[in-house]
Amino acid sequence: MGLHDAAITRHNVLVTSVDNVLNWARLSSLWPMGFGLACCAIEMMATNASNYDLERFGIFPRSSPRQSDLMIVAGTVTMKMAERVIRLYEQMPEPRYVLSMGSCSNCGGPYWEHGYHVLKGVDRVIPVDVYVPGCPPRPEALIGGLMKVQELIRMEQIGISRADALKKLEEKALDPRAFVEQERKVAQA
Amino acid sequence: MEEGKPVSQSVQQSAAAYSMIQQQFGSAVSPLDANETMPFFEVVETARWVEIAHFMRDHAKLKFNYLACLTGVDYPAEEKVGIICNFESLALLDHKLAVKLKCQRHGGSLPSISCLWHTANWHEREVFDLFGITFAGHPEMRRILCPDDWEGSPLLKDYKVQQSYRGIKVPY
Repeated sequence: MGLHDAAITRHNVLVTSVDNVLNWARLSSLWPMGFGLACCAIEMMATNASNYDLERFGIFPRSSPRQSDLMIVAGTVTMKMAERVIRLYEQMPEPRYVLSMGSCSNCGGPYWEHGYHVLKGVDRVIPVDVYVPGCPPRPEALIGGLMKVQELIRMEQIGISRADALKKLEEKALDPRAFVEQERKVAQA
Repeated sequence: MEEGKPVSQSVQQSAAAYSMIQQQFGSAVSPLDANETMPFFEVVETARWVEIAHFMRDHAKLKFNYLACLTGVDYPAEEKVGIICNFESLALLDHKLAVKLKCQRHGGSLPSISCLWHTANWHEREVFDLFGITFAGHPEMRRILCPDDWEGSPLLKDYKVQQSYRGIKVPY
């Protein structure tokens, strides 16, 4: 939207839609719930800390699900924990978003076959909006996932469902491979 | 043990400790397996296990004051499950010894030694949780890691995971 770039002064008038303003406000203060389950949580904490500084995106962890917009499922979800995750998800006010961080919460990760105690993907119990692959994902990857959540919020409008917003997000998605190839060529040259 | 091979000092110490136990309890214990890694013997008469353990802890020349580990093993070929206890005498006599016990594979029971070493309390609960051995005389014999309403003993070799837990699909 470029609100910051518009050089707002007393004499200027800014025209935009209510949707845009609402979405901008929501995506600029995305508060995740402060809870971690395994080693991914260490990476998440590193992302929150000064080196990667999530607070510059308005993202900082809240101690209560009642104050949170986003649930970062960071780590291995055990069968015992699954019920607690459902409870926490239900305690969050809508609109709420779920980011599944790392292989364990995506699909069970290394525990997929012999880990009798591990839930094979947190999407078996709660709806997930964004998956971040990795074991654990680097802070850059997590930030990428969070940017994706922000994009998703940008796609939302009053009167359209989450599923429609996700569809819009998918349509607007770019295949990064061309850019990666281009960057590699530049690096080689 | 291979004949003619020099035995290290730690094994000699373990053998000396074992011979005291053997003198006291005779046929209740098996011969010593004097391997270099961890010398062990088996308690054949498991009913006398608490008595033997008490002797090992309190005798002036044994003083096994530290239960380093208590773990479970599955022996499907023998239709048995068992435990292995690793004892050490920390800062006192500096010798070590492992003890094995076996019981029947399904519904088996062994005496609890949690009254002698408090470490055993949670370790025995873990063995109960994962191998299904109950420990007689344990103050709180229930699962420790898995949920209370979990089915089966996950570390048995022929364990098959349940299809669903409280309505959630378990297998991949």
